[in-house]
This record gives sequence, structure tokens and C-alpha cells, in this order.
Amino acid sequence: MAARDRILSSLRRAAPPGPPLPVLDRVGVSFPDLPARLGEAVAAVGGVMIRVADLAAADAALRALPVHRDARSVVSLVPGVGAATLDAAAVRDPHELAHLGLCVLRGALAVAENGAVWIEGASLPHHALAVIPEHLAVVVDAAAIVPDLHAAYARLDLPGRPRWGLFLAGPSKTADIEQSLVIGAHGARSSTLLLVG
Amino acid sequence: MGHPEAAARFAADVPRTHWHDQALWFMRVKRDRAAAQIPEWERLRELAQEIKAHTLSDLAGYLEQFERNATARGAVVHWAADAEEHNRIVHGLLAARGATRVVKSKSMLTEECGLNPYLEARGVEVVDTDLGERIVQFRGEPPSHIVLPAIHIKKEEIGALFHERLGTAAGASDPAYLTEAARGHLREKFLGAQAGITGVNFAVADTGAVVVCTNEGNADMGTSLPPLHVASMGIEKIVPRAADLGVFLRLLARSATGQPVTTYATHFVGPRPGSELHVVLVDNGRSDLLGRDPFRRALSCIRCGACMNTCPVFRRSGGHSYGVPVPGPIGSVLSPARDPARNASLPFASTLCGSCADVCPVRIDLHHQLLAWRGVLLAGGQVGARKRLGLRLAAWILATPRRLEWAGRISRLGLRLLPAGLAARLAGPWGRQRALPAPAAESFRTRYRRTHGRP
Repeated sequence: MAARDRILSSLRRAAPPGPPLPVLDRVGVSFPDLPARLGEAVAAVGGVMIRVADLAAADAALRALPVHRDARSVVSLVPGVGAATLDAAAVRDPHELAHLGLCVLRGALAVAENGAVWIEGASLPHHALAVIPEHLAVVVDAAAIVPDLHAAYARLDLPGRPRWGLFLAGPSKTADIEQSLVIGAHGARSSTLLLVG
Repeated sequence: MGHPEAAARFAADVPRTHWHDQALWFMRVKRDRAAAQIPEWERLRELAQEIKAHTLSDLAGYLEQFERNATARGAVVHWAADAEEHNRIVHGLLAARGATRVVKSKSMLTEECGLNPYLEARGVEVVDTDLGERIVQFRGEPPSHIVLPAIHIKKEEIGALFHERLGTAAGASDPAYLTEAARGHLREKFLGAQAGITGVNFAVADTGAVVVCTNEGNADMGTSLPPLHVASMGIEKIVPRAADLGVFLRLLARSATGQPVTTYATHFVGPRPGSELHVVLVDNGRSDLLGRDPFRRALSCIRCGACMNTCPVFRRSGGHSYGVPVPGPIGSVLSPARDPARNASLPFASTLCGSCADVCPVRIDLHHQLLAWRGVLLAGGQVGARKRLGLRLAAWILATPRRLEWAGRISRLGLRLLPAGLAARLAGPWGRQRALPAPAAESFRTRYRRTHGRP
């Protein structure tokens, strides 16, 4: 603990005066048509958005996609969407998910400005499910679209209930070789957002 | 070797220098496009600056709050005064669990601390999992850019490297093919790893979260499989509120690569069931910097790399020419604080054009700081005799209008009378790759007097 006390006391000694913490209630954007804007943003980050009326329609839309049809194994965390071949809750070691073909996730909210979807850690039997499958499908309610990240954090209320979660925007990607965009670096090679309602 | 010598070496390959320049300018253009799409972009930058300035005024308090909240959620928080202590803590955590195979996602802090060689010397295999970082690790080089570690390498060279290391087809240089090969190689490393090390983009005081942003998903792969996650962060990475992330995540990726947000922005709060999360808070000179006005503002940096992409010197000299883990304008402000003698040439690696400050998402006045460093280094005797003489001469000439007038007269005469080669040599390095201009027939002052009479 010697380091801790030394660091804290030297920080206190050196602390410069600073402005008050700014209030963030006056920033943000709005869009006339949130679902349309979300669709554009999802496309811009390399994903695909499909609008469906209800979960049954989401299921039908997903089953028609090659990522579902060709998947050797499917985990679905959204009851009724996708033909699950594996119960992730019964998997003890996430390493067993290494060859998972498709995972259907529940997105708690979607951000129209940047196409990101918030995935709650509590919705995942294993955190690896957000990154390890070859393909991802994320089911989000149309009522859960917020315009931007400010609105997203306001709705998530993380200080009230701190918890693991991630914003996921499209499939995994890299441009580390001569800035050529390549989809599917380590995580999902495709990401389909099923917008319900 | 100082920056000018290293830069000269890089710039000797003229076509490559142009290629590098264009590659980075492309990022700058993408950043501009992304920024222009946000109507309140400038307001966001101001907010980011205010949040950081406020945080620096009570860094100790926010770190304690972070520690309380992170600990309450089951994370273990460690404090390291310097690089050596950081490395010792990380190695201790690995050794206690018998972990010898480690995957690491990008962390400039661990570069700063020299963690990889420290662990390797103790029998730990550390695999950098960001594609660009894996490429430079294979080559035995440090990253040349904090966001684009392999920006200085051509795809044909990467193809040859992967042919040798990963058995890809000889002569293959298609980025999609090479990336796929790296995916297969690194997936094995992820599956075999006993621990994952990550950097930290933001640590949140009011929730105890550490937030890690990647596009590839390597931080998520590296932390969701093994039973140990060690997150290393500089103490300046703290933000007071989760809501502040709304400001910083909107700025970060747009400033870095022109993306609206990174693919993954993972908020780690406590360990996942059956695993451990350790957060190492590292000072390593930061508390000293906090006490130094005006340089403390550099502690607001969120490591987006925008100042590098826009810098005319960086683009033409390459990240390695700076010889420090964080190169470019921000690195030239941070590094002299760490080691003034070794890094004395860096604040001079700038035209002071101010483009870095214009694109900085947290509005660090980088060019003012670079200028301020020059004064400090000059006063501290860390500037070479030749440069000192030149600066003294310039100061003397610029001190009175009369001297400036005479200097102009002498220069015009010299340009007219001396052979071009000799004049260029007298102009110093400036004249090396430039044709000197034809001298004006008269000075502005003379011309003004002639056309307008005495002012």
C-alpha cells in the first residue's frame, strides 16, 4: 500500500484548480425517424438491419438467412428466435463455444446515431458469446432505440446498477494491413440486427 | 539518435515517405468527415476538455472512488508507482496462478512499462493480439502509431512475414487473406491462453467499470476465455461518471479512424463468474506531470492518434523516428517530462502549425506546449550548441526592426550574389531538399515607403 498512499498524496499536492464537472443535459442529437436512422448507422458499421413485426417474424427472417441455414451450431438467447442446437447455459467452459456458428443475442437498446447495441452481461451465460461465434444476430425492440449515447447512458443508469455490458457496433473488423477494411478479425464475421415492432 | 537523424533515415526512401504521408492523411480526411456529421462537435470537444480538467483537479478523489466501486464489485485494485512496480505486480499475478501463456490486447501503457520483455525474460509467452501489434511483434519492432501499429509496413512485407511465420502462400499479399490467416493463428492463442491482459480506455469512478474499446474484438476474446483478466491503466484514464462516456465514446473513434464508434466498447465491472479481474493503476511520472503547468494538460489525452495523423512532421518521418512508445505531437509533449535529456529533440519535431491542437478531441493546446518545452529544454541546457546559437541569433535579429531590416538586406544580397549551392548550404537543413527562392527586388518596407510614403 506504500505506492497507493504515495501516489494519492502526490496527486493531492499537485492538484491544480479545475472547472466544475459540466452538466451534460444539453448535448445530443435527434432524428425524425429513429428506426430509419438506425438502419443507416448499422449499415455504416458493416452490419445489416432487418425490420420485422414480431418475434415470430424475426424467427422466420433469421431462418431464411445463410448465416442460420449454414450454421453448424446455433445458440439462441432469445426464446423463439432461431433453431438452437446448443444450450449455452449448460456449457460449463466457454472454450467449448470455440466453433459456434451463430449466436442470437438480446440487445437491451440500440443507438440510432452510431448503430451500436447494448448487450447486458446478465443476458449472456458466457461473455464469450458476444465475440466468439462466427456470426451474430441481435434482437432489439423498436421501442428501445435511443438517438445517441447520451440518451443510452441515461437509460442504462449504470451508476444506479453497475454491471458488465458492452456496446457492439456491427461485425468484428480490422484495417491494420494497409488500411484495407477486412470484416471478421477475431469476432463475428457478420452481425444482423433484427428490429422488432 | 535524435529525431532529425532518425527522420532523415526514414525520409531517405522518398516514395515510401509519400506513401506513409498519404496513408495518414487518409485517416485525417476520414476524421474530418466524421466530425462534420456531428452538429455539436465543437461543444463535445469543450465538454471533454472540461470533464478532463475537472477530473485532474481531484484525480486522487476520483481514483479512490473508482477503487471503492471496483472493489465492491469484486475487482482487485493494485497501485504501481512506476513501470518496474507495474511489471512486478503483473508478473506476480501470473506466476501465482502458474500462467505462462498470455494474450494481450493493445495497451500503450504496457509498451511504456516494457511489460513484454519483462515477462518474456521470466518465461511467460506474451502474444499481442491486435493484428497490427502482432505484425510488429513478429518483426521485433515497437508499434509506429498508437492506433495503427503497422501503418509503416506494406502488405507485401506482411505477406512475406506471414509466409515465414504462419505458412501463408508465398507472394500472397491480399489483406483479407492475410487477416484470415492471423485470425486462425490468434484464435489458437486465445483458446490456449491462461490469462488476458488489456489496456484501459476509460475507468469510471461512479461505477468502478473499466472500459476497453477495440474494433477486432481481441480484448473480448482475450478476457472471456481465461480465468484471469489483468487491466493496466495510467491513473489519468479515470472519468467521474458513466455519463461522461457518452461524450468520450462519441469523440474517440471519430477522431481516431472516422468511425462513429468502435465495434466493441466493453464495460468490465467486476470479474465474470469463476474468474478474476485485477486493475493495476500506474503513476510512472504522471503525478509529477500533474504538478507542471502547462504540461499537465497532456494528461487529458485519450490516445486517439488524431494529432499524429494530421502532423506534417509525423506523416513524413514515421512513428519510429520519435523513439518513444507514444510518438507524434502528444508524445513529444509527454516524453521530455519523462527523460528530458534523451527526448530533447522531440519538441523541435514540429512546425508549430497547430493542426494537432485543432483536431485534438480534448483540446490539448499541443503546439503551445511544444513551444513551451523548447523554452524549458533551452533553459535546462538540453539543446545542442548549434541550435542554441541559431536561436540566440534569431532572437537578437528579431529584437529590433532595424536589425530585421538589415538581416533581410543581407539575405537578399546573398541570394543574388552567392552560387546557388553555397546559398543552400548556408540555409542549413532547410536548403537541403529545396530550391531557395529568387530574392525580391526590394523589401516590403521599401516598397511600402515607395508607394505610400513614410508611414
